[in-house]
Amino acid sequence: MNAVVSESTDWIEVGKIDDIPRLGSRVVKRAEGDIAVFRNSEDEIFALLNRCPHKGGPLSEGIVYGKTVTCPMHNWCIGLNNGEAVAPDEGCAPTYPVKIEGNTVFLSMQPIDGCDK
Amino acid sequence: MKEKLILIGNGMAGMRTLEELLKLEPDMYDITVFGAEPHPNYNRILLSPVLAGDKTIDDIILNSREWYDENNISLYTDSLVTEIDRVKHLVKTEDGKEFSYDRLLIATGSNPFIIPVPGHELDGVIGFRDIADVDTMIQSAKDYRNAVVIGGGLLGLEAANGLMLQGMNVTVVHLLDTLMERQLDKPAAALLKTSLEEKGLKFLMEAQTAEIVGDQRVRAVRFADGSELEADLVVMAVGIRPNMALAQKAGLHCERGLVVSDTMQTFDPRIYAVGECVQHRGNTYGLVAPLFEQAKVCANHLATLGYGRYEGSVTSTKLKVTGIDLFSAGDFSGGEGTEEIVLQDPKSGIYKRLILRDDKLEGAVLYGDTIDGAWYFQLMREGTDISDIRQQLLFGQAHLGDSGHGGQNSVMAMSDDAQVCDCNGVTKGEIVVAISSKGLFTLDDVKAHTKAAASCGSCTGLVEQLLENTLGGDYTAPESKPVCKCTDFTHDQVRAAIRDQKLTSVQTVFDKMEWRSSDGCHVCRPAINYYLISSWPEEAIDDPQSRFINERAHGNIQKDGTFSVIPRIWGGKTTPDELRAIADAAEKFDAGEVHITGGQRINLLGIEKEQLPEMWDFLSERGLVSGHAYGKALRTVKTCVGSTWCRFGTQDSTQMGIDLEKLSWGSWMPHKFKMAVSGCPRNCAEATIKDFGVVAIESGWELHIGGNGGVKVRATDMLCRVTTTEEVEEYCAAFIQVYREEARYLERTAPWVERVGLSYVKERVLEDEVGRKALARRFQISQQIAQDDPWKARAQGESAHEFTPLKTVGA
Repeated sequence: MNAVVSESTDWIEVGKIDDIPRLGSRVVKRAEGDIAVFRNSEDEIFALLNRCPHKGGPLSEGIVYGKTVTCPMHNWCIGLNNGEAVAPDEGCAPTYPVKIEGNTVFLSMQPIDGCDK
Repeated sequence: MKEKLILIGNGMAGMRTLEELLKLEPDMYDITVFGAEPHPNYNRILLSPVLAGDKTIDDIILNSREWYDENNISLYTDSLVTEIDRVKHLVKTEDGKEFSYDRLLIATGSNPFIIPVPGHELDGVIGFRDIADVDTMIQSAKDYRNAVVIGGGLLGLEAANGLMLQGMNVTVVHLLDTLMERQLDKPAAALLKTSLEEKGLKFLMEAQTAEIVGDQRVRAVRFADGSELEADLVVMAVGIRPNMALAQKAGLHCERGLVVSDTMQTFDPRIYAVGECVQHRGNTYGLVAPLFEQAKVCANHLATLGYGRYEGSVTSTKLKVTGIDLFSAGDFSGGEGTEEIVLQDPKSGIYKRLILRDDKLEGAVLYGDTIDGAWYFQLMREGTDISDIRQQLLFGQAHLGDSGHGGQNSVMAMSDDAQVCDCNGVTKGEIVVAISSKGLFTLDDVKAHTKAAASCGSCTGLVEQLLENTLGGDYTAPESKPVCKCTDFTHDQVRAAIRDQKLTSVQTVFDKMEWRSSDGCHVCRPAINYYLISSWPEEAIDDPQSRFINERAHGNIQKDGTFSVIPRIWGGKTTPDELRAIADAAEKFDAGEVHITGGQRINLLGIEKEQLPEMWDFLSERGLVSGHAYGKALRTVKTCVGSTWCRFGTQDSTQMGIDLEKLSWGSWMPHKFKMAVSGCPRNCAEATIKDFGVVAIESGWELHIGGNGGVKVRATDMLCRVTTTEEVEEYCAAFIQVYREEARYLERTAPWVERVGLSYVKERVLEDEVGRKALARRFQISQQIAQDDPWKARAQGESAHEFTPLKTVGA
């Protein structure tokens, strides 16, 4: 959310904030790998590649709290704002820029740098 | 301007308090720490392994200097605080500096007691307390030959063993006629002495030290009877004394230690104290587990939460000498009103003594076979009524019908490369290294860092043994575990609040119980949601976002993110039409595999999530409903064909199974719940390893409870025999309901029955007829809401967002 995004970013409208359940997630389907779009209790929106860095579990199916989602496969906890696994686990899921205009959610399909894998 | 918190004493109790505080309130105070030693906080209980050469100093550092920096804590090592000015709220150090405080924490620990005999100040006379002492001992072992350890207690024996391993000729001198008299009874102490003698230690019992002889350095120890023992090094290990000189000087009330209340406050409310320096309710403690409990309470008050109470601790002891298995806990002095159960086998070197009072375990002494130490300790702390298991008690937990962990029960007999956690492939060596190098103290720490015991949990006992063996008596399983890191309340407390205050939503629980995190976490939310809907079935708000994905999506998520679909087959009895419908569904929705389950159902695997509602619609039109194979819920009722077909059958077990499944389907439970009905005592439906099992007999039905297959096999306990179908249903409903109302979330019936005792369950379900009928009625009320086929509802559009993508791009 806070990352600097260049002017030339292609924003894709994916839906309304209220389409995503609070403390839940919906998926944006893509051939390159689905993106999980999360909404937390503060109505902040986050977008992560829908693959847990551990064993590829679908993060969109996890339980969301604060700025964290717990993967349903083996309970890894992943930070929503940076995609980083919570210590002592190590790993990172790519994150995507999110823009909110009114109630509408836009995503960029270009992952934010910072997840060196 | 932040308040200033000063900690005097850079040791384990004080630093643990700061760690607990930082977890609660990371930014509340400006923190300054003074330590008299030149090191950052290290694990004092691992000094024995350092002396024995098993570990290095670096291995036992708990908080590095970087850690202090990262947490903005000013650390002054080698810095002795000499005065506390309580009027001006200042502390003064040896070098004359002054620091002001708003709150002060005293954790000055203890000093070894040096017997004030002539010569006690000679060179080469030391205690066994800190890194400097260990350095002195290791150096002495290089330069000298003879060591005398005065004191045959825990610390003395560990010191003696270490010095012997360093190559010295060691004699242990003890005032009494038995070793470790505070932790051991005479038979166990005799076994211990024999083993240590075999290792090469010498003992001089009932010897009173009169003088340390020497000019500059010690030369010998002289005893009251005039005899002398040659000595180049004397280690005094006769006990510790709370280090309260500073507190006394500041005018704080001290008795045997610095006196604190249940909130860990001294008589000056600005000043707190924890650790070995304190006296609480008349007791002082020298083991780390109670100190950590104090730390937690103290942090709670420093963070101004104000509800923590320290009420004292039961302690256990384990000697950290390789090759010696010894465990003691509780009060084993015996006496009036107590009973004893004893096993004595000197040839095998095994001795076990359990002390009972009022059907509860009060103390335990184990020598040679300490596998069950942790279990006995748990029974003691929880005050479990052991009358039901009395005959098996001495033989350990493995004899409670629990098959253990691949037959492997003694972790110390395992080699370092032996796998402890078979789910995640973690070896014994990896766990031991993690415990000592990362400073882990609890099961949760080990789970987080190694993943051992983090999946199925069957190796939990082994991991606890490793913690206990690596940390010695300083490890104890927590007395009552909080639900998760979001709260200090236990499962039972949360449920009681929900029931007593009629809380009906997850958020009101968080608000009323002052949850530390606004949304809770993946551990507490599903538990709370369950307690809500089971306590208030008609009123509670069932929060889908607080349910695990399987229960939210009504299918079992698979490793590739697809789901499995298992329709209900009532009592395991099906028809060609049902099978045809299932076969058609498997083809139409492209099931990757069709699998017959252990519970007599058919599993269609590899179904894409988006397809689920359509598939359920298809099945629903053909009369099939959700099998709840994905939930903490009633799963299946397995049956045999019974008297309708079988020449041995005594009753219609199939119909009984169908009736029980119609009664109980759809009910949410603390954990999965399985039933079975067998038509005769040959028990083909395996009813005696089910949560509720029914075995038909000529005169009626035999009811069984608390069994399961799985990780730890447990055969059921027989509840009773009844004659009519109505009775079976009433007892079944009552048993389910008392389990639903009282077991903790994720606790299956088998451990629950073991925890509360079969007598208790019988009391509720068997002996109290009015209570039984009330339980059954409450179950029926709950079922009126729960028995609503979730598949049909979703086929008709409920929770559609759960099953459809937000958007598809590039298609």
